[in-house]
Amino acid sequence: MSNTDGRRWHDMGGKEAGPLSFDQHDFALWEKRVDALMVLCGQKGLFSVDGLRRALEDMGEDAFETMSYYERWIAATNQNLLEAGAYTVQELGEKMEEVAGRGPTYGEAQDG
Amino acid sequence: MPHDHPSHSHEGMSPSGHPYREDNDAALTYWQRMEIAVRELLIEKGLVSSEEIARQIDAMDARSPANGAAVVARAWTDPDFKERLLQDASAASREMGFDIGPLHLIAVENTDTTHNLIVCTLCSCYPRNLLGLPPDWYKTRAYRSRAVIEPRAVLREFGLELPDDVQVRVHDSTADMRYIVLPARPAGTEGMSEEQLAALVTRDSMIGTGLPRRP
Repeated sequence: MSNTDGRRWHDMGGKEAGPLSFDQHDFALWEKRVDALMVLCGQKGLFSVDGLRRALEDMGEDAFETMSYYERWIAATNQNLLEAGAYTVQELGEKMEEVAGRGPTYGEAQDG
Repeated sequence: MPHDHPSHSHEGMSPSGHPYREDNDAALTYWQRMEIAVRELLIEKGLVSSEEIARQIDAMDARSPANGAAVVARAWTDPDFKERLLQDASAASREMGFDIGPLHLIAVENTDTTHNLIVCTLCSCYPRNLLGLPPDWYKTRAYRSRAVIEPRAVLREFGLELPDDVQVRVHDSTADMRYIVLPARPAGTEGMSEEQLAALVTRDSMIGTGLPRRP
């Protein structure tokens, strides 16, 4: 939960860290879609940016180190949508199974 | 969604006959599967339409640091606009036709004696409506942690060495309150048009990790 100084892991201002990395990647289509879903869900009142942040922070430091930015965002978006009752865990599971059956690449699986 | 797929497909082409984007050829990951599933569930439930998603992606793709640069160049050439920008950057940016959404945007001005730097130590809040999506380094632990405690060392890693008599002010953003730096107008730009000036304004100069180009 919190470190010895009483701050949670995401509150990292002022902590020691290594040199900057200037690696840059172009956003993939699936990442842009995650970004768009977050913005649209916010506009429609399904959840707020604070809800997104709460889910991101609750994922913990391990997720920050091991998952990419938009991987964390889709996980947090999904968490908020489940809580909002947009769909059920079962519906999500069934849909993810169906998507997996469409093909081995994103290109093949992206359209139902 | 029902979709007609031809029974054959050319190598390297999608079933609809278009080449895949390079990033779509890699093995499907768990989180990509979740994105597809969430998107399709929202569409099936009528909560979001595929057109809205496509429009939102287009709108985000259309945002670039050129938007912020246009605002900066206007402030450099129009003192009244600059005053409005420093008072309420959201309203001044909307005045130029930029969609700022519900954000409270604050412009901070660089002068001969003050240099401003923006960061989001808690997450990755960024003036995306004026600059587009943040660069990857803005979201890293190194930048978020160090910008507030050793900004001069961070700026040196960007190749920016500030004189000791320039005060560095670091502004920590939140989800609802975001900053943009109004860089100082470079010397030797007298007589340049607003458009020419905008071409000097870099993304990093509006984050505070760089300075505008020199003419």
